[in-house]
Amino acid sequence: MERNPMRRQLAIMRKSLFDQGHLDEQFIELEELQDDANPNFVEEVVALYFRDSARLILNMEQALEGKPFDFNKLDGYMHQFKGSSTSIGAKKVKAESTLFREYCRSGNAEGCVRAFQQLKKEYGTLRKKLEAYFQLARQTGPMETASRPK
Amino acid sequence: MSSASSSAAWKSADSVPDQFPAGLRVLVVDDDPTCLIILEKMLRTCSYEVTKCNRAETALAILRENKNGFDIVISDVHMPDMDGFKLLEHIGLEMDLPVIMMSADDGKHVVMKGVTHGACDYLIKPVRMEALKNIWQHVIRKRKNGWKDLEQSGSVEEGDRQQKQSEDAEYSSSANEGNWKSSKKRKDDEDETEDRDDTSTLKKPRVVWSVELHQQFVAAVNQLGIDKAVPKKILELMNVPGLTRENVASHLQKYRLYLRRLSGVSPHANNSFMNPQEETFGPLSSVSGLDLQALAAGGQLPAQCLATLQAAALGRSTAKSSIPMPLVDQRNIFSFENPKLRFGEGQQQLMNTNKPINLLHGIPTTMEPKQLTTSQSIGNINMQVASHGVQSSQNNSALINMQVASHGVQSSQNNSALINMQVASHSVQSNQNNSALMQMGQPQFARAPRLPLSVGQPIISNGIAASYNPVPQSSSMLNFPMNHASELPGNGFPLGSTPGMSGCTSKGTFQEDFNSEIKGSVGFMSSYDIFNNLNQHKPQNWELQNVGMTFDDSRHSNSLQGNLDLSQSVLVQQGFSSGRMSGQNRSAAVVSKAMFSAGDSTEPGNLLNVSQHLNSLPVDNTIRVKTESVADVNSDNLFIDHFGQEDLMSALLKQQQGIAPAENEFDFDGYSLDNIQV
Repeated sequence: MERNPMRRQLAIMRKSLFDQGHLDEQFIELEELQDDANPNFVEEVVALYFRDSARLILNMEQALEGKPFDFNKLDGYMHQFKGSSTSIGAKKVKAESTLFREYCRSGNAEGCVRAFQQLKKEYGTLRKKLEAYFQLARQTGPMETASRPK
Repeated sequence: MSSASSSAAWKSADSVPDQFPAGLRVLVVDDDPTCLIILEKMLRTCSYEVTKCNRAETALAILRENKNGFDIVISDVHMPDMDGFKLLEHIGLEMDLPVIMMSADDGKHVVMKGVTHGACDYLIKPVRMEALKNIWQHVIRKRKNGWKDLEQSGSVEEGDRQQKQSEDAEYSSSANEGNWKSSKKRKDDEDETEDRDDTSTLKKPRVVWSVELHQQFVAAVNQLGIDKAVPKKILELMNVPGLTRENVASHLQKYRLYLRRLSGVSPHANNSFMNPQEETFGPLSSVSGLDLQALAAGGQLPAQCLATLQAAALGRSTAKSSIPMPLVDQRNIFSFENPKLRFGEGQQQLMNTNKPINLLHGIPTTMEPKQLTTSQSIGNINMQVASHGVQSSQNNSALINMQVASHGVQSSQNNSALINMQVASHSVQSNQNNSALMQMGQPQFARAPRLPLSVGQPIISNGIAASYNPVPQSSSMLNFPMNHASELPGNGFPLGSTPGMSGCTSKGTFQEDFNSEIKGSVGFMSSYDIFNNLNQHKPQNWELQNVGMTFDDSRHSNSLQGNLDLSQSVLVQQGFSSGRMSGQNRSAAVVSKAMFSAGDSTEPGNLLNVSQHLNSLPVDNTIRVKTESVADVNSDNLFIDHFGQEDLMSALLKQQQGIAPAENEFDFDGYSLDNIQV
């Protein structure tokens, strides 16, 4: 019984993540992969994503410090970053990545810097939210199969 | 396999398990750990057996270690250590497994690249379960096609070639090359798919214009009078069961062109070889008989045979153009021929016998039916070397279509031994459907299951061996040590695969071999030059492919006499492989590339060219074996001029310099080499 409020809260959190556009369908795909054999699959994947992408963010920051920018390199990093982000359904982060790449391709250094800042912001927001979400999820205990927000 | 984690023991079942697709053994390669783990989970959920690895090199190692351990591979496009497309090529060449590419990139050109490189599917990230659930279809499809290939004795491309050849026959000059190419390409494409789906038997049966058959034809024509010779009457006179009016008609057309060339070529220094561009090798056919003997004579054949052939050919055809073809060329031709003899299976016969007509025999019999037209398989020494616009639709198996100097040679040489020395030919569209080739193309196994390779292999070896029989290793030409063959990794692809593969170990060996070979053998040189030239011009030089192939052959054919085979087979193979493997784009191209690349490193000369070309060959995945475009050899340099006096090689070398880029379309049956990026 005490779980119910928590579960309800968890559900609300989850729904808002979707409604606010932080997550998309792909996240649900991950949730559907979660089963008894891998009860924390989604959390593990997300954790892996943040670990790996942090490295990419760092690389990109370093690349953005050098002048002039190596757009190819930046684009390469961002391509990887985008791929990962897409895989977990990080919708906003993915959008910012796309924008960044466009600036890269057109050689717009300022645009790149701006887009990168924006991307980091979204990335940070997502991270915080998901961390909170999973923390609650753990407390709530194993959930049933995720239901689609819509 | 450090980073790979196998999910279970490999099921080495050859046949489809009962619970198929459950248990499908998938290897997934992606440098992104997040994606990798998601894919793994998804695939496991589909009841597949999954092995993941994050590096392409590791993946290759795993695959090599477990040749039959996997059914399908899924790979990301962008990876740090190796380009996904390169991995795709490697796998196609070495293991002939279906490969699915995936990427977050959904740009059309990238997807197209996947197609051309032979990927059986392309998934856009994020990959969903639904997409993965059906990947088993690619496994089945590939197997099915592979069986088909087997049934067709690896002559899948033959059907294509035949058709192509007929088309080739249509074109008579380089001017039409463009059209021809495009149409051929289309045709090839069609053929390709046809081949895959239908057995070649469904295609029009190829007529192998053997020496005897051609002689009959010529006799009939002479009897009727060249002006009055109409296909219908010729057919009646010939009275050959199974021969259709169309066969005769296209052959006649080629023959006419050949005659015209002969008469018109006299001014050029073209030796008889050159003239007949389309070469109907009428004269050659007769000559071939002689040549064969010469060839058979052993080693010396090449030179002598060539001379003989030429003489015969010349004498026969128009007596106008003396067959200046330098003996040297002839030699080369023969050497090439051997490889050309694509005798897939029939080659063996050739090989064993030093019969004079080895070439011919091999050719007609084994020659793929394609050879229908023209090119009588006369050992195809289509010495159309200097022929401009030679359309030697040499179905010759021993296609020594020395169309090297021919411009616009459209040697649709379905020769197995396609030595379509169309090296110098501009726009040589050597549709060398050389069966022997194929093997090289095999790397492209993306499509065809090993079959092509296997098929090709024997062919090549046979063809080569066959042709080589006469040419003893003694000949300088055949310097190529069969080592190559041994060097080559035996992955299933006779040569092609290894050499082509970047990082193929064999590469090194080949190079050396080639280099040495080439140097030593005069004959080779020419062939290589040719190839080089070809390669240069045409990124897709089939020649290259053949080259690659030859290597394979040498392996197989152990008896390959030598080096020539190698080079030739390489050339041939390259061509074939590309074509053959429909879907194995890479194979051919890759193979040839490998071969050449090997050469490059060591040999500054020809090999380099070849390899370079190979690499640069924008072969699309559908490597069509139809060796079509042969590098354009500068007509200026055409052997024609030099044939009489110089070695073919030197001629070739000259040509190399002057060779104009030829648009070679590698239209290997079914395999289009594209971007064989080495």
